[in-house]
Amino acid sequence: MQLPRLRWHIAVFLAPAVLIYSTVMIFPLFNTLRLALYAEVDQGRVFVGFENFRTLFFDPIWSEQFWNALGNNFWFFLIHMLVQNPIGIALAALLSHPRLRFAALYRSAIFIPTVLSFVIVGFAWKLILSPIWGIAPSLLDAVGLKSLFAPWLGKEEYALTTLAMISVWQFVGIPMMLIYAALLSIPEDILEAGEIDGVTGLAAFWKIKLPLILPSIGIISILTFVGNFNAFDLIYAAQGALAGPDFSTDILGTFMYRTFFGFQLQLGDPHMGSAIAGAMFAIILVGVCLYLFGIQTRMRRYQL
Amino acid sequence: MRRKSMLAALASTALVATSALAEDVTLTVESWRNDDLTLWQEKIIPAFEAAHPGIKVKFTPSAPTEYNAVLNSKLDAGSAGDLITCRPFDASLALFDAGHLADLDDMEAMGNFSDVAKSAWQTDDGSASFCVPMASVIHGFIYNKDAFEELGLEVPTTEDEFFAALETIKEDGTYIPMAMGTNDQWEAATMGYNNIGPNYWKGEEGRKALIAGEQKLTDEQWVAPFETLAKWADYLGDGFEAQTYPDSQNIFTLGRAAIYPAGSWEISGFNAQADFEMGAFKPPVKAAGDTCYISDHTDIGIGMNASTEHPEAAKAFLSWVASPEFASIFGNALPGFFPLSNAPVEMSDPLAKEFVSWRGECESTIRSTYQILSRGTPNLENETWGASAAAIKGTDTPEALAEKLQSGLANWYAPQQ
Repeated sequence: MQLPRLRWHIAVFLAPAVLIYSTVMIFPLFNTLRLALYAEVDQGRVFVGFENFRTLFFDPIWSEQFWNALGNNFWFFLIHMLVQNPIGIALAALLSHPRLRFAALYRSAIFIPTVLSFVIVGFAWKLILSPIWGIAPSLLDAVGLKSLFAPWLGKEEYALTTLAMISVWQFVGIPMMLIYAALLSIPEDILEAGEIDGVTGLAAFWKIKLPLILPSIGIISILTFVGNFNAFDLIYAAQGALAGPDFSTDILGTFMYRTFFGFQLQLGDPHMGSAIAGAMFAIILVGVCLYLFGIQTRMRRYQL
Repeated sequence: MRRKSMLAALASTALVATSALAEDVTLTVESWRNDDLTLWQEKIIPAFEAAHPGIKVKFTPSAPTEYNAVLNSKLDAGSAGDLITCRPFDASLALFDAGHLADLDDMEAMGNFSDVAKSAWQTDDGSASFCVPMASVIHGFIYNKDAFEELGLEVPTTEDEFFAALETIKEDGTYIPMAMGTNDQWEAATMGYNNIGPNYWKGEEGRKALIAGEQKLTDEQWVAPFETLAKWADYLGDGFEAQTYPDSQNIFTLGRAAIYPAGSWEISGFNAQADFEMGAFKPPVKAAGDTCYISDHTDIGIGMNASTEHPEAAKAFLSWVASPEFASIFGNALPGFFPLSNAPVEMSDPLAKEFVSWRGECESTIRSTYQILSRGTPNLENETWGASAAAIKGTDTPEALAEKLQSGLANWYAPQQ
């Protein structure tokens, strides 16, 4: 019997990726989770087990903030799912229409906000919507709808939705591009075959194209989910770390930031901050798993 | 061979240099005020060195946001400067507790300061002081003199006069009565609640009683400021809910608003921006003749590194910081940051002069939330931001807001339980 040859080249080729990934991703992740199990007592670090999580979920002061942030996060996600992705799909369907002129121009114009910095987007929209200097009130005034204007970013009831819409404006290019690519990969002959059978226009979209791009829609949904539950930048840029007014735009990211690094007179608490980061990680992990095992595996795929 | 002689030459010059310096002591100052670098280099240090031959001073500021972290690591490594600029309250108290800041109580010059001035750099029981107070900021209202003249308005001294003036400005319609927004929240608390509040809770008396647990935030004198703030909403201009701090500053300096609830730190900026004459009035009192209270909030101090090699020279510098000479240089170079020593300082800026004159007429206090009360979770200062903004917007009643603040404070602060 011959011993299997030691295939050392596998290890050598894997090593750089494994090392780098471990040092910059795996280690910090697990170290953060570990940090959540400690607390600072009298300038020293003490192991407290799951005490921080108990505080986070059951102490009314913490849990109220946590559930508020989580609820806001779901609302933020819902708006993206209901507005961003359908619009993205519709835009992609329009763009892939063979007789559309200036398709490349539209495609770039819609995609450009995606590459802008959150800080620029937040600042620009804050100015546009400003009741004092903004163009939104005068634009509405010009069409006689001034009464519809409200200081949206300053009102508890509208602020989060407004920010979600700004985020949709910025990122609608991503689902559009992914779906566009998926639509382009549908072979002409399938559509032609449908046409011969009398399936044209909108019917062709619903009955042929949509089922074929469903896997892409699934991927987009999961990307939106992960992106939204990790969101932080836009809220921070537009509303600051206190996520005003009255925490109505507070999401898990800003809640974690405030707790971890402290704010104004509030000193930072890295241990509670890590506990929140751990909860965020768990939520995203569960969401992704639900999708991967619950939906992805059952999705029908068509051989093109 | 050649290199060796070079080294020898270098070594001998180095020796000569050190022996020449041996008489001179160099003190290094740690600070976050990099804005003040030229002020230190051109005015403060030359003035000190002229009066104290043999002591040299080096000002080495770092960025404000990095200061606390940089300072902590330098102190731990033993490489921090001899003199340390102190943040107010808990940040410096932690340094003192860790043994990094020296106790300055035996310094004679500390007698130049009032108890309020020293409160930001003392242990909770007031038994040890560890920084010399350098500067404070005073709250009040800045107004557009041209606008007041145009509308024939007098400077209000009582609350009724204040709201009557606001009403007149509103009816006239040329100016927005008051420039403040609630978007950033902190102005509502800092320039609202803690600006007008001391007149209700009687300054230090109320603030100390709150710390001692003898008064509650639900008491009349702590709820009333919220009730007054709620009345501000009518005079803040359209869309104040989304108006930010820079928006308010611009609205006022562009001459579009008549009154600006202010902190004195605005003075130099406003002087540069506004092309109309400005005046200031202190927070109006309830009835004419009432004692007035102002928020004279301690902001910058300076202390001595406990492990400095030149304690005598460092103390000489600190004593000089406590002197009227320093106060006059500092106060005039940075209008709006007022020296804290008891010696009267002649200010050249009229607006700054107006602000600082209130010290003689009113009782000074500091912001109610800063000492001790913002140590726990929930953080009282942050909660007060939200509550003040909500009071102005009218999203909740003053009583309910006070109730929430009180229950948050009682949650962790034993004297209030």
